[in-house]
Amino acid sequence: MSDKTTKTGTPIATRQLLHTSRPIFEQGAPGRSGASLPPLDVPAVDATKLYGAAARTDGGPSLPEVSEVEVTRHYTRLSRWNYAIDIGLYPLGSCTMKYNPKVNERVARMPGFAGLHPAQPESTVEGALELMWGLERTLCEIGGFARVTLQPAAGAQGELCGVMMIRAYHADKGRRPSKVLIPDSAHGTNPASVALNGMETVSLKTGADGLVSVEAVKAACAAHKDDVAAIMITNPSTLGLFEEQLGEIADVVHEAGGLVYMDGANLNALLGKVRPGEAGVDVMHINLHKTFTTPHGGGGPGSGVVGVVSRLEPYLPTPTVEKMGEKYRLEYNRPKSIGRLRSFFGNFGMFVRAYTYIRELGGPGLTLATEMAVLNANYIRAKLADAYSLAYDKPSMHEVVFTDKKLKRDTGVQTLDVAKRLMDFGYHPPTIYFPLPAVTGGAGALMIEPTETETPETLDAFCDAMRAIADEAKENPEIAKNAPHGTALRRLDETRAARTPKLRWTRE
Amino acid sequence: MSNSNKQRYIPHTDDDVARMLGVVGKPTVESLFAHIPARLRATRPLDIEPLDENSLLKHLGEIGSRSKPAIGSTYRDGAALSFLGAGVTPHTIPSAVDMLLQRSEWYTSYTPYQPEISQGTLQAIFEFQTMVCEIYGLGVANASMYDGASAAAEAVLMARRVTGRKHAIVAGAVHPHYDQTIDSYLAGEESGSHEDLAETRWGDDGRVALKALEQALAKSEDVACVVVQTPNFFGVVEDIKALADLAHARGALLVVANTEPVAFGVLQSPGALGADIVVGEGLGLAIPPTMGGPGVGLFAAKAEYTRQLPGRLVGETVDKDGRRGYVLTLATREQHIRREKATSNICTNQGLIALAFTIHMSLVGKRGLVELAQLNLAKSEYAKQQIAKLNGFSMAFSGPTFNEFAVRVRGGDANVTVEKLADQGIYAGCAATAPGMLPKGKADDVMIIAVTERHSKADIDKLVSALDWVQA
Repeated sequence: MSDKTTKTGTPIATRQLLHTSRPIFEQGAPGRSGASLPPLDVPAVDATKLYGAAARTDGGPSLPEVSEVEVTRHYTRLSRWNYAIDIGLYPLGSCTMKYNPKVNERVARMPGFAGLHPAQPESTVEGALELMWGLERTLCEIGGFARVTLQPAAGAQGELCGVMMIRAYHADKGRRPSKVLIPDSAHGTNPASVALNGMETVSLKTGADGLVSVEAVKAACAAHKDDVAAIMITNPSTLGLFEEQLGEIADVVHEAGGLVYMDGANLNALLGKVRPGEAGVDVMHINLHKTFTTPHGGGGPGSGVVGVVSRLEPYLPTPTVEKMGEKYRLEYNRPKSIGRLRSFFGNFGMFVRAYTYIRELGGPGLTLATEMAVLNANYIRAKLADAYSLAYDKPSMHEVVFTDKKLKRDTGVQTLDVAKRLMDFGYHPPTIYFPLPAVTGGAGALMIEPTETETPETLDAFCDAMRAIADEAKENPEIAKNAPHGTALRRLDETRAARTPKLRWTRE
Repeated sequence: MSNSNKQRYIPHTDDDVARMLGVVGKPTVESLFAHIPARLRATRPLDIEPLDENSLLKHLGEIGSRSKPAIGSTYRDGAALSFLGAGVTPHTIPSAVDMLLQRSEWYTSYTPYQPEISQGTLQAIFEFQTMVCEIYGLGVANASMYDGASAAAEAVLMARRVTGRKHAIVAGAVHPHYDQTIDSYLAGEESGSHEDLAETRWGDDGRVALKALEQALAKSEDVACVVVQTPNFFGVVEDIKALADLAHARGALLVVANTEPVAFGVLQSPGALGADIVVGEGLGLAIPPTMGGPGVGLFAAKAEYTRQLPGRLVGETVDKDGRRGYVLTLATREQHIRREKATSNICTNQGLIALAFTIHMSLVGKRGLVELAQLNLAKSEYAKQQIAKLNGFSMAFSGPTFNEFAVRVRGGDANVTVEKLADQGIYAGCAATAPGMLPKGKADDVMIIAVTERHSKADIDKLVSALDWVQA
């Protein structure tokens, strides 16, 4: 092996001046402000006269009293306590933490997008409608769907939207099936979205090979005859495996009168390779904040757009964007629609970023992204297979799941320790203790998704760190068990946080 | 063999690929996909043309130029003179907010699942939760919801859990999108329909018709909550104390929606007046209006209902060495632990916009929020007085307002007035029956106008003359 490796396991993290910053409420001085307000150029109004007893008399909500300089330092200092994709590898499985192109941010801030008010007359937002239409068309091309609604604000709301459309579809046919089949490897949002629709989850056990078997689906359809609304299947699964029997599974569910919902969280593995809408999938949400590079922002905003095949089109949320000749317009008259899931049109700022990314890469670039994402994951798999236990033998797609089975048995060091120790080496840990099937039997899962934007040198250094942690565990397991050592704070007491919740700042 | 990568975000050279395939033990990249059955494979390549950065900026710039924004990037560069509110009331966002948001450590980080290397995000959310509690006058607030409308729907679901009752009464002039979203969310719930007060939803003052509400409440023992908005869709300030008393007398919770948090610089908070859950929209105080999203859903409740809250919560704790720190907590309410028994399915929320809101509220501060509210109130009152003098317009309702108010276009359709003025570069307001808003019929002549600190007296005078012109 002719690896261009760094010296084995050398941490890439080092130290810097890092400042604590007390909660903003503990800073500043009474009467200080960072506001810049215009002078009053109209007669003043006495709020007490106008509102009577409902007027505020206590001097206002207890917001901070700080200058702009203090605010800037505070949020700059705090930012430095965060890890970020622009700092380094962020191998969270099923989260697709790929690089967020800078040009996206520039375009999203153009006044022609950022400055649009959602209640402007339709004739003044032609460009916005064109962008939404353009994004919908490119996503239809990628996913093989007839239409895409952009309204859902995140993946979970996309699921909610998809299941609502499934329910509406059945209701339109005079049916009210109550069961949705969901593999046990699914993200928790799947069953939660089903419950919000007043339906019940039937859990499908993942087979020994990590895949959902057509037999399991057949059995579930037979056990709940005429009562299966849909199957919700993540593909590739959260185990990073392609559901090879998806075609047959779709046939079985369709014959049973149900629809096929695909959780598209892992679409980054399929661009240009599989068009779900042409492979038996009826409805799928896509996380623009995963596959299509809109930034995660420390937990959102996301965008959970949903693609559907033509038979579900009547149920799409209102409004839709329609193209008439060279003009675009909003259609509100949709009698079979599930209605509205939020105000206005969705997380439009994310549409601009995703469309910019899709148009930059184009078909060839998107396909290359998928190819290199899968190559990167398989590369990590090959390089770590002897140090950690592979959860499943099947070929990996864009992510690979290991467990701590061997490591824990030999050294007592487990997944959480490996995750925390990785920080000392300068990396964000992978997703841990998920997916659930890989956690059974006391094994702790490590789900690693490198994405295509990482260089092989970065992967080599990361794998060296992972191996160094495994080696070190044999000599001195306490190092990992007490990790992290180099972070600003050490392990936090989560039990205490939950037992005596302190959820807001209060003056001591 | 060429040694160049073909895409600037994908670093792999041909040599890299060859070496990596050797490690993986595969002959070609394509062989990594060989296990996907033929019937599932795409039958043709993706038909999307790639663009270099220069062409990309030209393409997006052209699309952008086909809209006329309400807000310019600095002052009014190419933008209209806009008095639009109707759910999103844009305020002046200090430059520091976006400059700080653009730090990579904020916008390219993930959900703070690993607290040791996410303290920045966690502490900022803790501060956000505190500010939302302060502004709405309640004991607990979550880490954000998608937007105000979905937050309102989640509030109704929460009220059902808290009370064990089924129905929701949406009373008065609640923003139509909030009303519609509550409808969609409840459609899947057994007997979840909310009771509409239809013809008696608001009185001549624009406020909830209390008698009608009392009668509606008396009709059922199964009402989980009453949902109202203040200031409401017409800008009118509701009597929250009276509404809370009515709801509580019947064992129902009062859910208050709010699309303008600045109002509580001059108004008592809904929590102080008896509201049980308050939800709102923070977009106008965080980032430019961006066609209505992303925004940030604000969600606060009485502390006793903490364990029924939807969404993420950050709590204070200590690390191994006893130093103050923050973690995501009470996760046993959430979908990743509780799956189908979770309080909500929400996962990703609106973290970055919550941060923008937090930074802006830190800058505005305690005194600033009161002054900001007084400015908004004074300018809005001035505009009302001037418009009331015009022949073609009258005030639609007599109730007190804050920075938004409704006018009637004499003998006309407000949609037409709005269009005519848009042609003149003035977004004068939102017609109450604009597409997707209230149904045609009752309020066709009503137009909702928002006046804020962004508008000088000269801007307001310009609006007034334009309104006079359009009716002449």
